[in-house]
Amino acid sequence: MTLLRLILERLLTTLITLFGVAVIVFVVIRVVPGNPIAMMLPPGATDADIDRLKALYGLDKSIAQQFLIWFGNVLHGDFGTSITTRQPVLSLVLDRLPATLELSVMALVIAVVIGVTLAILGTRLRGHRAEAGIDVANGIGLSVPDFLWGLALILLFGVIWPVFQISGRVSPRLELPFTSQFYLFESILRLRFDLTADLLSHMFMPALALALPLAAIISQLLKQSLKETVNLDYSVLARTKGYSETRVILSEALPNSILPTLTLVGVQFTFLIGGTIIVERLFSYEGLGNMAIDAVVNRDLPLIQGIVILFAILFTFVNLTVDMTYAVLNPKLRHA
Amino acid sequence: MLDGRGLIRRRAGARLWLSGLWLTVFVLAAVLAPLISPQDPLAQDLMLERLPPAWVAGSEPGYWLGTDSLGRDVLSRIIYGAQVALAVALVAGLATCLIGSALGLVAGFYRGWADRIISRIVDIWMAFPPVLFAILLIAVLGTGLTSVILAIVIIDWTRFCRVVRAETLNQSKMDYVHSAKVAGFTRLRTLLSEILPNVLPVIVALLTLEMGIAVIVEAILSFVNLSISTDQPTWGGMIAEGRTSIHQAWWVLVFPLIALFFTVLSFAQFGEGLRERFDPVLR
Repeated sequence: MTLLRLILERLLTTLITLFGVAVIVFVVIRVVPGNPIAMMLPPGATDADIDRLKALYGLDKSIAQQFLIWFGNVLHGDFGTSITTRQPVLSLVLDRLPATLELSVMALVIAVVIGVTLAILGTRLRGHRAEAGIDVANGIGLSVPDFLWGLALILLFGVIWPVFQISGRVSPRLELPFTSQFYLFESILRLRFDLTADLLSHMFMPALALALPLAAIISQLLKQSLKETVNLDYSVLARTKGYSETRVILSEALPNSILPTLTLVGVQFTFLIGGTIIVERLFSYEGLGNMAIDAVVNRDLPLIQGIVILFAILFTFVNLTVDMTYAVLNPKLRHA
Repeated sequence: MLDGRGLIRRRAGARLWLSGLWLTVFVLAAVLAPLISPQDPLAQDLMLERLPPAWVAGSEPGYWLGTDSLGRDVLSRIIYGAQVALAVALVAGLATCLIGSALGLVAGFYRGWADRIISRIVDIWMAFPPVLFAILLIAVLGTGLTSVILAIVIIDWTRFCRVVRAETLNQSKMDYVHSAKVAGFTRLRTLLSEILPNVLPVIVALLTLEMGIAVIVEAILSFVNLSISTDQPTWGGMIAEGRTSIHQAWWVLVFPLIALFFTVLSFAQFGEGLRERFDPVLR
């Protein structure tokens, strides 16, 4: 199979998946018990009012027609109007997206740093007691989800030794000069490092909670792969040339162990993004996830639809990028 | 490293024993809750609000782990909370396992259009963030224990389906499957009597893992107040309350959190221990 054909096929399945997502979201929302119209009307509304509103939202048409109209709107980027705030869903959602992206990327960076460091340490100290310690830590990191890590961190760094902020994205008393929602990024560009410090102090714990399970996965897989490569011919040759063990690991084994780890990190990154929903809630961090839970509690259906679809697009996009990167980097596929 | 296998076996043994011990305590607590709880888990007493645990000054006898802001006994609520956790772990875990494994076996063994349809649905499912999906389903289905279990099953069957499908594909290529064909076994008999027993260790390991995940999902739903009614104590509900009074009464958060932590960890480690013990490659 050629690379081009592989890419085209992958794009096609992505489109099918996204269409499937749209169908599922539409079906789930439409079977909601409790008429959405009834929630929008003031008490004492007449039947004529109800019919007028139904016609306004297209609810008087058949389900298939409703789906086509709705799907057409979604394709144009029209996700409707939020019931609680009366603002367009798309702008509400895009306003919150940067906060969630900054948090996810920060968590990814932390996970890679911790995971790679532990894997290299574990390989360097293989056979020692310390390796068993790293294995136990990985086992715990893998079994305990982000929600519990978040709570444990709140206790540790919020209460017992209160060095980090436990709620919000930025201290409310600060004046924010930002023109975009990418606060962290913009604070660095504007050289306002006082703001960067405040943002990081809020972001650190939720990001670490999201990062720990992924760090454990990276560490386990990379260590396994490093332990295989340090015994291969080129590593042995490097050792006979007089390279130190650490240098053999860093310059010979590591570059050859990166690819399988990279694929896994990509797939796991979507789980990390999914984790932001409850972790943002836990830390009252003002991102998409927190907004999603509020939307469900307030039964704001258009807003829920918009958020779910945006997350689905984000997920499929990350998966697509990973597959493409893998296809391009993997020599077996490239020269097939 | 001289005795690699011995090392693995010893570690797997410790894993199985420790996690098995905690899970036994957990199951006994849930089953014997009415007999062993020191207090009524729902009894409120504003004279006894926010009592600290027994070893801290200002505590009252009989309230070992203190009380919450309504004067309810934390230990009794944790013991009763184990009931919901156990029910969700067993029912949601088993149902998810049955549905997901059946679809995975079919997709991996029969291939063809069945595989294409099932795999495409799995792809679509994977595009939803699980927690958001769960919350959305609860909003649609309404709160209650049945809805929580149903939501977990609807979301998580794909975990079994993906792994079992891949494992079935591997097994189908083995010689013994070919022998069964030559011996004149029907396709269904080959699947059930030859392939299924070989896929079973993977399914069992996933099942215990899934039970832990089910407990967490229930706790998350209780935490955002979307699980079951407030009459039944849940660990997630207690954690949500503890989160708001963390500076006044740390024990309301800490103890249910420890219970949840060890339960989830034990389910995962028990599954891992079983897998290591029964994995033919390691054995």
